[in-house]
Amino acid sequence: MGFSRLRRARAALAVLAVPLLVAAPLSPPAQAQSGTVLRVALVQEIDHLNPFTASFASSTMIGRFAWEFLTLPSAEDATPTGGVAESWNTSPDKLTWTFTIREGMTWSDGEPVTAKDAAFTFNRIMSDPKAAEANGSYVENFERVTAPDLRTLVVEIKKPQASMTALDVPIVPEHIWSGIDDMADPKTDSVDVVGVGSGPFLISEYRPNEIVTLKANRHYWRGAPQIDELQFVKFENADAAVAALRNGEVDFVNRLTQAQFDSLKGEDGIETNQASGRRYRELLMNPGAENIEGQAIGDGHPALRDVRVRRAIAKAIDPQVLVDKVLGGYGELPGGLVPPIYSDFHYTPPAGKRYTFDPAAAGRELDAAGYRKGPDGVRAGPDGRKLEFRLTARSSEDYGLRASDYIAGWLGDIGITVTKNLVSDNEVDETTSSGHYDLALSGWGTNPDPDYILGKQTCASLPAASGSSSSNAFFCDAAYDDLYARQAAELDKDKRAELVRQAQARYYEQAPSLVLDYDNVLEAYRSDRFTGFVRQPNGEGQIMEQTGYWGFYGVRPVEGGAGGDTGLPAGAWVAIGAGALLLLVGGGTALARRRTPAEDRE
Amino acid sequence: MTTSTTGGPPAADLDERRAGTSTARFVAGKAGGALASLVFVMVLGFLLFRMIPGDPVATMTRDRPTSPEQLAQLRERLGVDEPLWRQFLDYALGLLSGDLGTSYLYNRPVATMIGERLWPTVLLVGTATVLAVALGMWLGIRAAWKRDSAFDRVHTGVALTLWSVPQFWLGLLLLIATQGLFPSRGMRSPDLPEGFLAQTLDVAWHLTLPCVTLLAVIYAQYMLVMRSSLLEEMGSEYLTTARAKGLRDDLVRRRHAVPNALLPAVTLVFLQFGMVVSGTVTVEAVFSWPGLGLLTYDALRGPDLPLLQGVFVVLAGSVIVMNLLAELLYRVLDPRVRAA
Repeated sequence: MGFSRLRRARAALAVLAVPLLVAAPLSPPAQAQSGTVLRVALVQEIDHLNPFTASFASSTMIGRFAWEFLTLPSAEDATPTGGVAESWNTSPDKLTWTFTIREGMTWSDGEPVTAKDAAFTFNRIMSDPKAAEANGSYVENFERVTAPDLRTLVVEIKKPQASMTALDVPIVPEHIWSGIDDMADPKTDSVDVVGVGSGPFLISEYRPNEIVTLKANRHYWRGAPQIDELQFVKFENADAAVAALRNGEVDFVNRLTQAQFDSLKGEDGIETNQASGRRYRELLMNPGAENIEGQAIGDGHPALRDVRVRRAIAKAIDPQVLVDKVLGGYGELPGGLVPPIYSDFHYTPPAGKRYTFDPAAAGRELDAAGYRKGPDGVRAGPDGRKLEFRLTARSSEDYGLRASDYIAGWLGDIGITVTKNLVSDNEVDETTSSGHYDLALSGWGTNPDPDYILGKQTCASLPAASGSSSSNAFFCDAAYDDLYARQAAELDKDKRAELVRQAQARYYEQAPSLVLDYDNVLEAYRSDRFTGFVRQPNGEGQIMEQTGYWGFYGVRPVEGGAGGDTGLPAGAWVAIGAGALLLLVGGGTALARRRTPAEDRE
Repeated sequence: MTTSTTGGPPAADLDERRAGTSTARFVAGKAGGALASLVFVMVLGFLLFRMIPGDPVATMTRDRPTSPEQLAQLRERLGVDEPLWRQFLDYALGLLSGDLGTSYLYNRPVATMIGERLWPTVLLVGTATVLAVALGMWLGIRAAWKRDSAFDRVHTGVALTLWSVPQFWLGLLLLIATQGLFPSRGMRSPDLPEGFLAQTLDVAWHLTLPCVTLLAVIYAQYMLVMRSSLLEEMGSEYLTTARAKGLRDDLVRRRHAVPNALLPAVTLVFLQFGMVVSGTVTVEAVFSWPGLGLLTYDALRGPDLPLLQGVFVVLAGSVIVMNLLAELLYRVLDPRVRAA
């Protein structure tokens, strides 16, 4: 029996040891380190750090800190400003762009940054399909890229292009990347490769799904950042990230929901930032989806091909209510596709052309167009088919759930039956991109240069015969395409802006989709530890996920703030000590109780 | 082993041999069944995820401007447009040679990704399960022995309440209630401490909240099963005999009642151990614990088909293997099963 007794005691000890190990780290796990560290919660995945393959928003955001661009949108108003290139000019035929490379810039390993690096970057994207994965669209119009000398980069293009100063392509060091044969090799995401950069911060550690650490670039050409490290810490759960901000575990959180944002307002030591956003939300109204060869695809309701029906729907919807009730006021009222944050290009419909909420007028217009109410109160077209539409929206999104209720109600009021079809994100993407929808809630992010977002609405962007397009409204209109082409080739800033607004006006009037609002971006940070966050554009924009590195580049620690301290708070030690003691006492008692009867066995 | 009372050594020998072949047959039969299930899982894993709506290429390019040519190129590289039978053939042949394919989104070998995520999950769910079994059984035994006592009522009530609480809610609640005593995310600190011991403690510190959350929710099942199976034994006559021998109550319970009541609980433990690997999506998501549950969740968003298939096969495979082990172990634990 001696053996069994021993074994039992040991088992009891083992069971006890586990929670002890769990609850009582006896030495501080993370030592406070020298220097200031800005910790940013990252709620999105990172696919790659290799800038040739990094496509997710969080990945490209990190890349922006590590590699300087040829030119980039400025912090003040998001208009192009110099990066690797200090100046640029175009030939009279607008087909040759010459960039002068900044003198004295170096890579973090000491090598000089030259025009050859820039030429290598573009040529690699143009010649290697794997290298084109993330940035291929920017070089589509490129004919030839050369570096006649170390400070001159010449880009010859096929047709004039206004967005040449908005190339969102990180310039990488040739001496590192020319040795890489396979761009898709996972090794290209390692610090050995991505660690050499020219931006304000340099990637110094990458633990997938945990953290990306960037160290300040002491030799950055604009001047070294005033913090030592920038860490992006992965959070899977946004509420946990908010709790971490409260506890001081992280210093910055973005992509907050209304509720999270409201709860952080007025909190001690925390500053909130309600910024104008870069995204628009829209109600897609299937205008008769076709592929690029003109064949009808999908199963959209035929009545929606009638622009009068789409306009009537636009007048039956009240965006003010959606902004107030669904977005809790954190949004801006709609106009064109380009959000008001890019004020040069934003289109605000004039009073006479604006769709104002007026169900009675919408009803009259439908009557006049021949869509009359039947005995059941539901309108039917001249062909006798009832106006019964499906409304596809994301079930994962609060907006989708609530806005679809409002829209179904409003359209019901004018005699249009709406069936809500709330499905997964993937299913929304699939049904909308293949034309299998009547109405759908969608949205898209925009960039400082409007070319891409406008280009998505051209006939050329219709899906190929096989395969689907990515989130466009199946718009194909000659007048729009003409305006688009003209703005793309117009190098005069003001004239181009005018064309951009006209293109949006045409889109607005044809209404293949109706912009519903522009969401605010909601962010919060520890103002008791850091200050100097830069908003883009000045005073109204967001700090994180900018088209640039300004947001965190200007950050500096607050005098007396505990930036970088990662040790356990004193309270934690008290709690852990108490827990450990409790377990010891409890465990000891249990052991003792087991021992006693063992003395007097049969 | 059984011994013959009627015959001499030859009969006993025969018996032994017969028992030997029957054991072999039993093991072979069970293993064959498990293998068939694995094949089924493999086929199912392929078909199931192709039913998920969504276009991985669209997901991959959602945040970047992409031209139609680029999309076409990407499709070709990933092979998403290939005929289904081709894709299946590639998948099946790869699987047979131990290759789980390459993730669409991350462009890394699926086997490597699963390997990275396996041990955090085993650590989290394994620790929680061990603790839950220990705690649940201990409480169950005591609750049954003092049936209807205050101890029984309180603990059964508490366990049932916790059992019905959603894991993510409890996790968030703990996170907010502990006010930063424990880290809110992940398995390791952003700045790794120096030295093995410090790193181990760091992991343990991070493990506390997710582990407590999981433990609180799952211990009830062990407690209730243990309690009810012990209650069944308590009326038995052999307990009266044991008491009649003059044994103390504690000993009667520990030496006689509990061993007989243990079997249903052991079954449950093994069934649950199969699930250990699959992790727990909700707890892992709340605490950003880099385990397999989270990997599955991320893969579903793509959908990253090779990753999903790989995870599915590994998870289903581990459940099948654990069930097989449970069935084999049963024969060792319970003579009645052996005799049948």
